[in-house]
Amino acid sequence: MTITLTHYLVLSAILFTIGLAGVIRRKNLLMLFFATEIMLNAANIAFVSISSFINDLSGQMFALFIIAIAASEVAVGLGLLILIYKKYGTLDLDKLSTMRG
Amino acid sequence: MEAIAFYIFGVLIVGLFLVTILSRDILYSMSALAAGMVMISGLFFILGADFLGAVQLVVYSGAIMALYAFGMMFFDATREVKEKHGSGLLVFILSGASALIMVIIFAAPAIGNKIEPLVQATKGVDNPHAIGEVLFTKYLIPFEVAAVMLLVAMIAGIILASKKMDESLSEVYVGADPETEKKEQV
Repeated sequence: MTITLTHYLVLSAILFTIGLAGVIRRKNLLMLFFATEIMLNAANIAFVSISSFINDLSGQMFALFIIAIAASEVAVGLGLLILIYKKYGTLDLDKLSTMRG
Repeated sequence: MEAIAFYIFGVLIVGLFLVTILSRDILYSMSALAAGMVMISGLFFILGADFLGAVQLVVYSGAIMALYAFGMMFFDATREVKEKHGSGLLVFILSGASALIMVIIFAAPAIGNKIEPLVQATKGVDNPHAIGEVLFTKYLIPFEVAAVMLLVAMIAGIILASKKMDESLSEVYVGADPETEKKEQV
C-alpha cells in the first residue's frame, strides 16, 4: 500500500482541526499559543508534502519562512504574555475580558 | 515500509497533540507538544525534506519549546486555570467545517493535477544543497526580510519581557488581585 499526497493532506487537516478546537475550547492564554503552534505545524506538513510529491522546492521554502515567523511570534507573544501576567496576575481569558457588549 | 512509518508517526502526532489540547496540566501539554514536534520532523524525513526536518528539530523542539519553558517560569504553572466550557456543538461545527474547507482547498487542485512545479529541484544533488541553491537565488529577498523580522522580534521580546524586571512577580500578583489574596489567607 502506497502513501499518496491525499494521506498527508488528510493528516494535515486533522491536525489543523485539533489546533482550531484547542483555540476555541481552551481559556488559558498559554494553551492558545500551543494550539496556534499546532495549526502552523499542520500547514507546514501540507506545504512539505505537496512540495515533495510534485518535486517543487517552493513549498519547502514557504515552510521554512513559516518556521521563522513562528519563532518571532513566540518571542513577541511571550513578552506580551509576561506583561499581561504582571498587570492582571492571571492568564484566564474570561477574567481578562473587560469589554462587555 | 513508508506506509508503516507514516501511520506510526501520524497516529503518534495526532495522539500527542490531542493530549496537548485536552490536558489540564500545562506542563503535560507542553511536553506533549514538544514530542509531537519531534514526530513531525520524522514525517519530514520520510518525505525527503531532510533540511526542514533538521530545522524543525532545532528550531521547534529546541528553541521554541525552550522559550516556552523559560516563559512558564514567569507564570505560576502549578495553579490551574479554572476553565468554563461553552457549548460543544459550536466547537464541533466550526472545527468540522474548517477541516472540510481545508481538505477541499488542498485536495482539489492535487486531484485535478493542475499544480505546476514552480521551482524544479536540481537533479542529482541532495536536499540541503538544492534548498541552499534556491534559497540564496530565488528567495533571497524574503530570506533577508525574515532575518530583519527575527531581529525586530528579538528586540521586542527583550524590551517587553525586561520591563520592571527588578520587581518580584509574586508581589505584583498579590497586589494586583486582592480577592485571591484573601482566599489564600483563609
